[in-house]
Amino acid sequence: MLYFVARRLVSALSVVLVTLIATFALFFIAPTDPAGAICGDRNCTQERYNEIKQNLHLDKPKVQQFAEYTAGIFVGRDFETSGVVQHCSAPCLGFSFKNDRPVTQMLADRLPVTVSLVAGYAVIVLTIGVYVGSMAAKRRGTFGDRALMTSTLVVSSVPYYIVALMIALYLTILYPILPRGGWTPPSESVGKWFLGLLTPWLVLGIYSCTSYARYSRGSMVETLSEDFIRTARAKGLSDRVVTYKHALRSGLIPVITIFGLDVAGSLAGAIFTERIFDLPGLGVLVLDSLNNYDLPVIMGTVLVASVILVVMNFLVDIAYSIIDPRVRLA
Amino acid sequence: MTTPENEGRKDTPDTMVGTVPGDGPVLPDAKRNPSIATRERRDTAYTPSGETPYLVVQDLTVQFPTADGLVSAVNGLSYAVPLGRTLAIVGESGSGKSVSSMAVMGLHDRKRTKISGSIQLGGDEIVGMPENELMKVRGDAVAMVFQDPQSSLHPLYTVGNQISEAYRVHHKVSKDVAKKRALEMLDLVGIPNPIRRFKQYPHEFSGGMRQRAMIAMGLVNDPKLVIADEPTTALDVTVQAQILDLLNNLQKEFGSAIVLITHDLGVVAEMADDVLVMYAGRCVEYGTAEDVLARPRMPYTWGLLESIPTVSAASEKLRPIKGLPPSLLSLPGGCSFNPRCPYTDRVKGERCTTDLPELLPVDGAGAHTSRCHLHDKASIYEAEVAPRLG
Amino acid sequence: MSKTVRNADAASAGSSSATPLLQVRDLKMHFPIKEAAGLGRTRKVVQAVDGVSFDLQRGGSLGLVGESGCGKSTTGRMITRLLTPTAGQILFKGTDIAQLKERELRPFRRELQIVFQDPYSSLNPRQTVSNIISTPLRVHNLVKKGKELERVQELLERVGLNPEHHNRYPNEFSGGQRQRIGIARALAVEPEVIIADEPVSALDVSIQAQVMNLLEDLRRDLGIAFVFIAHDLGVVRHFCDQVAVMYLGKIVEQGPREQIYSAPQHPYTQALLSAAPDLGTIRGVPPKERIRLVGDVPSPIDPPSGCRFRTRCWKAEDICATQEPPLMTQAQSGPGHTAACHFAEPKIDLTAATA
Repeated sequence: MLYFVARRLVSALSVVLVTLIATFALFFIAPTDPAGAICGDRNCTQERYNEIKQNLHLDKPKVQQFAEYTAGIFVGRDFETSGVVQHCSAPCLGFSFKNDRPVTQMLADRLPVTVSLVAGYAVIVLTIGVYVGSMAAKRRGTFGDRALMTSTLVVSSVPYYIVALMIALYLTILYPILPRGGWTPPSESVGKWFLGLLTPWLVLGIYSCTSYARYSRGSMVETLSEDFIRTARAKGLSDRVVTYKHALRSGLIPVITIFGLDVAGSLAGAIFTERIFDLPGLGVLVLDSLNNYDLPVIMGTVLVASVILVVMNFLVDIAYSIIDPRVRLA
Repeated sequence: MTTPENEGRKDTPDTMVGTVPGDGPVLPDAKRNPSIATRERRDTAYTPSGETPYLVVQDLTVQFPTADGLVSAVNGLSYAVPLGRTLAIVGESGSGKSVSSMAVMGLHDRKRTKISGSIQLGGDEIVGMPENELMKVRGDAVAMVFQDPQSSLHPLYTVGNQISEAYRVHHKVSKDVAKKRALEMLDLVGIPNPIRRFKQYPHEFSGGMRQRAMIAMGLVNDPKLVIADEPTTALDVTVQAQILDLLNNLQKEFGSAIVLITHDLGVVAEMADDVLVMYAGRCVEYGTAEDVLARPRMPYTWGLLESIPTVSAASEKLRPIKGLPPSLLSLPGGCSFNPRCPYTDRVKGERCTTDLPELLPVDGAGAHTSRCHLHDKASIYEAEVAPRLG
Repeated sequence: MSKTVRNADAASAGSSSATPLLQVRDLKMHFPIKEAAGLGRTRKVVQAVDGVSFDLQRGGSLGLVGESGCGKSTTGRMITRLLTPTAGQILFKGTDIAQLKERELRPFRRELQIVFQDPYSSLNPRQTVSNIISTPLRVHNLVKKGKELERVQELLERVGLNPEHHNRYPNEFSGGQRQRIGIARALAVEPEVIIADEPVSALDVSIQAQVMNLLEDLRRDLGIAFVFIAHDLGVVRHFCDQVAVMYLGKIVEQGPREQIYSAPQHPYTQALLSAAPDLGTIRGVPPKERIRLVGDVPSPIDPPSGCRFRTRCWKAEDICATQEPPLMTQAQSGPGHTAACHFAEPKIDLTAATA
């Protein structure tokens, strides 16, 4: 088991390294003009352009630039703008000249928002979504099952941003049944943090529950028809134990795969939810940076997003090996 | 009730004679007593051997409603098994042999199955028993050993866990006590090194070992009745022999009743005391193993025997049963076997296609019964079928 | 009967004038596998088939018998070149096809056909029967355009199916009928050899006999040679003139049917025959001696040294662990009967003499 984890860790780290190289190549080797972008279109004089190039070491060989960028991640580095030296400390992902702040700091501000959002979302889909799906699987073919599955189909056929926007508009503003979305750091007030996130959690969570209910129903229907389920019933176990102990454990495996990728994706861009519910998360940051052509921020976010993806995949692998002993052999 | 047998009898007198080498004298086809036909609701002691049975199934019918209509998977099935005896239920796929045993375990989905008739287990009626009481019977008084141990064991729990779980369902004991019991059972079924094996997962077991573990799990609560559904079909020949020996020995030790479901007549010959042959949901022949295998009285049983290439038989052309088993949705009229039966022309008139033959004693009174209109079954078998079997 | 005897003789006389249709020489299939070990992986080899040799005569039938994992199916797949052997020769009419490239192999593919065990998974559910059977006809240019349907119907009739059903899909047929479709597909290209890989083991008893009889008719009428792979000793006895018993990737005993069944020399063959449940016991034939092997077949990753059967053999002595017994004619064997055992000895009471 330990070796299994170690092996997975090694492969995860190598994926991160490849991503780092690829990201760097995308932004610095590809025919883009970072200095021009930073300088802007209007009042960009040739001198300022050259100065930026020099300050950012864009005139140095690419390999050196990459080495400096990578070194920055581990030990930090200094940037010089208009004669002022800015220090960008340890995990330095670059410096946003547009905002005059290190990228790492900007990400660090936004990350808690998105992580809070996604954590609540995860809890909802894994409990309500999976539970509803299992119930439907157990009662497959009945009226309740069919009604439920039809309604999930209806819900998921409406685009998410319409649902979210309508709920925000009707249930938090026109008829304020639900608290309005907003961000308060939990260090300040846990109550306010919770209230501000409640509506986004419910909207994002319940909307996604429709898909999770369908995944888990499908997976559970298959599992419930397995021979080992018949064996469990033949032992004299109650229906509840058969469904929620014997069947759910193997029924969860495909759901976890989807969940891992889904969470990683949401972390990098729950853009709609953040915009609609006024949460200053990573998604909004990416959107703003794209608008401003703030290259260092975009690059930093891409890097962080890919690390999150790799980490989630790693966690899913570990979860697999806990659930399914056969995986440990691979 | 008019018995069709008597009508046919007028035209063709009894011509049963003779003995077969090595088989002992064959009972003459005695005059049938028409009143025997009222035997439908006979009392409990209806076993070929005449012992008091533990499991009594009477007039069991299992139906599944489908989009195309009601399918009768089992139709009017009656049998009984005393403790210490093995009944083999033989039939091809779709004959209803597994469906009927699932009903004994109460394993059918109530919402999707219509069950009528009676299944008495040590005096308790299973049909209509509420689920929470049924749960107490399943795995305790009656246990099941399934065909494919690869898919019948939970892949994600250790073998030991699964066996002790089976014990703890019916015994309020600590995990340690259950573990001790599980280790005992692993040892009993001949799994070497039980302590190590207890912690392993099914995929770490070989096919034969897995089936042993399955048997250990089935027997952990000392069941009075074991239903073994094709227990060796997924196994290799040498391993099959081991498992059959094991089942035989365990039965001698614990004295439980065994219902063995199989399609393999060779396995039947090695294991069974009594044999019930099923075709299209009905019992077509029932008797002691010796009666059914050595003196079969139903063309379907003959066909099965003639279809098997055995290791010791001379290699002549096999004589398969022609055609295919009927669809349960549209059974042929009269005897379900009539479209495949080579002997229908020996029955006067169209009775094979119009009247469903009753399950009647082959010699007028005995416990060996068969469902066939032919009135000179014994002589046809001895004169035509037996020589072909060699 | 006389015909089978003649065939058997012809097949056993390997050195006689007639060159066998198919000669397999020292065929090996080693599958590399990776196993987790510590932080890395170790490479190991599954010796699925390890040095198998046999001859198949024109119109003959050879049975490969053994338990799961003995390599019989792998051997079948190598002969039809669905797998490329690690080593060894497959001489078909004198040409070694063991390592041929796909293009050079094309003409041989037509002559060597395979029928699979599972009639459910081996037919494409989205193709009509007509399509399934006529595809090989088109691939090998065997039929003129417009004549395909005629040929398909002819083939369906040959295997005992209703020619009118050519437009149906496989799911509209029962298991036995699907197996007939599989056979018709193999027959379509007029092969000289059919490898039948457990062709009847997924079928019900009464249907099994129908399919067996069909195969036998094909063999007699069309002169097709068969390599018949099965675990059921009864089926093999019924169908094959020559029998090769395999254990853990090797042939342990080989010879004409009558000798294998009535005077088996290798302890494994004896155990197999003894383990086969027999109807004879109930009919008053004295029960045969029971040989019960203990344990399971060892892993082909790390097979036992010397004789591979020694771990389960009641005759095993020290020599068995150190020296691998060659497959050879033993002191008391009849012509063409070989066994790989240091202590080979015929045992004649295993199959009840009911005949």
